[in-house]
Amino acid sequence: MKQTSRLLSGMMVAALAGPAYAGSLFDGGKLLATGGVSQVEGAGGGGLTPWALITGYGTRDGIGANVHYTYLNTGDYSLDTYGVAVGLFDRLELSIAQQKLKGIDAALDGVEIRQDVFGAKVKLFGNAVYDQDRWMPQVAVGLQHKRNKGIDGLQGLGVNEATDLGAKRNKGTDYYVSATKLFLAQSLLVNGTLRLTKANQFGLLGFGSAADDDYELMPEVSVAYLLNRKFAVGTEYRAKPRNLGGLDQEEAAYDVFAAWFPTRNVSFTLAYVDLGTIVKAFNPDDQRGAYLSVQLGF
Amino acid sequence: MRKSMLIICAAMLLGGASIPVSANSDLMAQFGGRDGLQKIVDEAVDRWVNDPRIGHHFANARLPYLKAQLGEQFCELLGGGCKYAGADMKSSHAGRNLTNADFNFLAEDLQIVMAQHGVPFSAQNKLVAKLAPMQRDIVTK
Repeated sequence: MKQTSRLLSGMMVAALAGPAYAGSLFDGGKLLATGGVSQVEGAGGGGLTPWALITGYGTRDGIGANVHYTYLNTGDYSLDTYGVAVGLFDRLELSIAQQKLKGIDAALDGVEIRQDVFGAKVKLFGNAVYDQDRWMPQVAVGLQHKRNKGIDGLQGLGVNEATDLGAKRNKGTDYYVSATKLFLAQSLLVNGTLRLTKANQFGLLGFGSAADDDYELMPEVSVAYLLNRKFAVGTEYRAKPRNLGGLDQEEAAYDVFAAWFPTRNVSFTLAYVDLGTIVKAFNPDDQRGAYLSVQLGF
Repeated sequence: MRKSMLIICAAMLLGGASIPVSANSDLMAQFGGRDGLQKIVDEAVDRWVNDPRIGHHFANARLPYLKAQLGEQFCELLGGGCKYAGADMKSSHAGRNLTNADFNFLAEDLQIVMAQHGVPFSAQNKLVAKLAPMQRDIVTK
């Protein structure tokens, strides 16, 4: 992880130092915003959902990469995510992200859960931007391998890891297929994703349970309206499975977002997110709050 | 039920196809009419020529001719009642070794000039949506 970060930072400095131009490997040649932003698990996409777009501004002749930091605060919990991602030849995307969920109020104040997410995505066919005369969307498949690093702050209850809360495993892999279509004449971007997952609350509460350890197919949808070249607003929906029974009656997540792309090197996403309840047995409140994400890259 | 839906859809499609192509005056008006559109095209071409990322591709271009041709083509694409009579995109860009990045930088310059001329983004996108599929003929590298 550290070495990859160092390599990516080096590439980033090299790319930011020189102006982007065709012919350079770091060609920065995609249209503004068409690499998407960084979603909550580190993949290129919206805020909650991975899109079929490959992250960064490299075209099929180049490489793009970025780092991101995302902060979400619902009042009772905060979620910090940071990560790095690289897009290779507008075909393959690799990403690493680390998430840290903290209880900052109410029943789980002081509890901390960390998770690493390793992602890969391959574009299969279609081009979301150029294929304006075809119905075919851009389609990609991907996976997100998640390693829950354990739970701090509940040792008194004998809880040290997600399996102590009833999860079957502390590791899991989500598989997804995403279809993204830009309806340019309508200034609309639409993404649909189907995710096979066992993750409880994105994996922060582990994967599966003794009672329910099957992969489930969960739909995710994003719609964005392009206000101008640099601004987009939109909304997202992400279904989540409910494996932990009465402890965590998990619900779907929603957001509304505004994303600003002042240049190809930086973007800001501000959102209002509703994650549903988290560990309802301890805290019955819907977890809603602000989400801010910053992405730096090329 | 399903069959009747299909018939209705087919009828709508056929009906739509038989409507004569009329000048889309609303969209053209958002570009400032034919004159406004030509100003946008002229400035966009100047911007391409002076853009260090893509300017070299215009080293041997006959700029007045290019501007006139593009003006006609964009006018036709916007439903402005013009008829572009120039070369098709494939032959006019053959051997130029244009990349996706070139194509996108060119589109970006056009977007900037359209915005400078007050063309609403939704109207800009209607033109860009017509230009985008030309990537398949224009980008050869």
